[in-house]
Amino acid sequence: MTDLANAPLRRRRLLGNIGFHGFGVVASFFFLAPFIWAGLASLRPGAEASTPPLPPWPTTGISFDNYATLDLFGAGIWQHTINSLLVSLGTVVLTVLVSVLAGYGFSRFRFPLKNVFFVLIIATLMIPFQSILTPLFIILARLGLNNSLVGLMLVYVTLQLPFSVFMMRNAFDAVPREIEEAARIDGATDWTLLVRVLLPLVMPGVATVGIFAFLNAWNEFLAALILLSDNDKYTLPVLITAVRAGRLGAINWGAVQAGVMVMTIPCLVVFLLLQRYYMRGLMAGAVK
Amino acid sequence: MNSAIPPSASLPSMGRDRGWGGAAKALDSDVSEPSMTITAASPLAAATAPRIRGSARRQWLGLLYIAPAMALVIVFFIAPVVFTVWMSFHNWPLLGSPSWIGLGNYTRMLTDNRFMAALGFTAYYTVIVTLAIFALAFPLALFVERERRGVGAYRTIFFMPVVVGLATASLLWVWLANVDSGLFSPILRMFGVTGRSANLLATFDNAFWTIIVMVVWKIVGFTMIILLTGLQSIPTDLIEAARIDGATAWQRFRMITLPLMRRTLALALILSVTGSVLAFDQFYIMTSGGPQNRMISVVYYIFNQSFVSFQLGYGSALSIALLGILVALSVIQLWLLRGDEDK
Repeated sequence: MTDLANAPLRRRRLLGNIGFHGFGVVASFFFLAPFIWAGLASLRPGAEASTPPLPPWPTTGISFDNYATLDLFGAGIWQHTINSLLVSLGTVVLTVLVSVLAGYGFSRFRFPLKNVFFVLIIATLMIPFQSILTPLFIILARLGLNNSLVGLMLVYVTLQLPFSVFMMRNAFDAVPREIEEAARIDGATDWTLLVRVLLPLVMPGVATVGIFAFLNAWNEFLAALILLSDNDKYTLPVLITAVRAGRLGAINWGAVQAGVMVMTIPCLVVFLLLQRYYMRGLMAGAVK
Repeated sequence: MNSAIPPSASLPSMGRDRGWGGAAKALDSDVSEPSMTITAASPLAAATAPRIRGSARRQWLGLLYIAPAMALVIVFFIAPVVFTVWMSFHNWPLLGSPSWIGLGNYTRMLTDNRFMAALGFTAYYTVIVTLAIFALAFPLALFVERERRGVGAYRTIFFMPVVVGLATASLLWVWLANVDSGLFSPILRMFGVTGRSANLLATFDNAFWTIIVMVVWKIVGFTMIILLTGLQSIPTDLIEAARIDGATAWQRFRMITLPLMRRTLALALILSVTGSVLAFDQFYIMTSGGPQNRMISVVYYIFNQSFVSFQLGYGSALSIALLGILVALSVIQLWLLRGDEDK
């Protein structure tokens, strides 16, 4: 109250804050609005689904009609959600398992051609997987894994490996060797050493690898579109695209909105809960 | 895991036989007769790793740990790459036997107008979308770089569309842009931009720009974060010194920020370019190839040749062309990133 001299300064700071947050709020609106519109529109009664969402929120009470309609397509929304979950969680488990083993092997052992193998895995990043889908289609058929969620999962795991092996090797490299020495003197074998001593120490890396594996497998579209031919096997992106294209009956935009929400919410939840680990992975990829 | 991957044995020889033989040997001997292996394995191991704690045999165990990863990469990545090359020299129908046609697919590619159109469209899309992303990502990065209360929330919000799938985003936006039940058409009419219901996806230009807006919304947070890491790596005392020397904000940005961010800019640029060259989902989902089939990207064209017309041989040759483009881009990337370190 008394220090009048500070008033202009304070006013300038206030204006600066208003400008900053004014821009921030407007920009945030544009980024969030599509999610909010789709979320609210998906809760309108089924009869309104084909009309423009003006206003873009339910006016006659919340209804789950659109989700019920979505359940009528394909093998039912539960089955397709389970398909997507099986592939995504399977990809997470296998990617973590394979990349932890490989990261440990590359970090703690010396064997012939080690660098060749490592470069071979990382170099696959330079080749877009879109360019190998044609032969993959044939190879999976020869292995009896065409039109199979397991086959799709193995492809996803392979696509995750360059990033994941790189992450896990760095994670193991960051663990001081003295820790193992001590455990080894106590008579621990390689395996107990890895599971009991090292694994807890590289858990942040495991979390990063797992999040990326989940999001990429959950969201992937092109490989799933090509490799799954059975309607019942469709993952969510392929199912909702078929709904939108009217390949499974008349186009129902309410069902599309509901489907978009079913696909979006898990991604946002995983990201918001585990943002720290996600950003670590992003930085590691960017710095590399 | 190991038993689930027999194909590695029947793969075309890729010069890795020694390594794989070694892996098998290490595996066998380790299980059955550990004492024998030391003599078998030690010469090589000793040559590569002279002073390692533990026995030389133990070092060979590393191969066992990397075996699952190698098997997956070989079966599901390297073999398909080799196989793509092989298939590209064939006329390869879905049913029936493939026939060798040498460079036939490649000469066909050169005179394929629709492929040239796909290349042209992909290049056009890549340039426009990359410019649009950078035009927005840079101001956003400068905005979220400031250490103010609430800036973390803004970073998170701007990034949220990135973690949603491109297919999901396309499905969301194709509804928003739909003429009958979408949101954009009535809003445009409300503000008097268009007289009657506008079908945004009916003409090339409108559909193209709708997709550009969707992709920018979806991707810009990613580029923003990459640029943010570059901004944060610039020492603040450099900027401070320039400020004291009387440099204007624009001069500081132009003479200090931009040059020091060259590496980051190159990385963000190459990620945006490679991602755009491989675009497929948005065109397939939002416009099904677009008005008059003018929105067929390269990947979309390969998809059509391989999995709609089932000309798998021609699709493979096109894939090799795509692979060549991407490898060239990767080489440019390495060159751009290296150039900075030399200085």
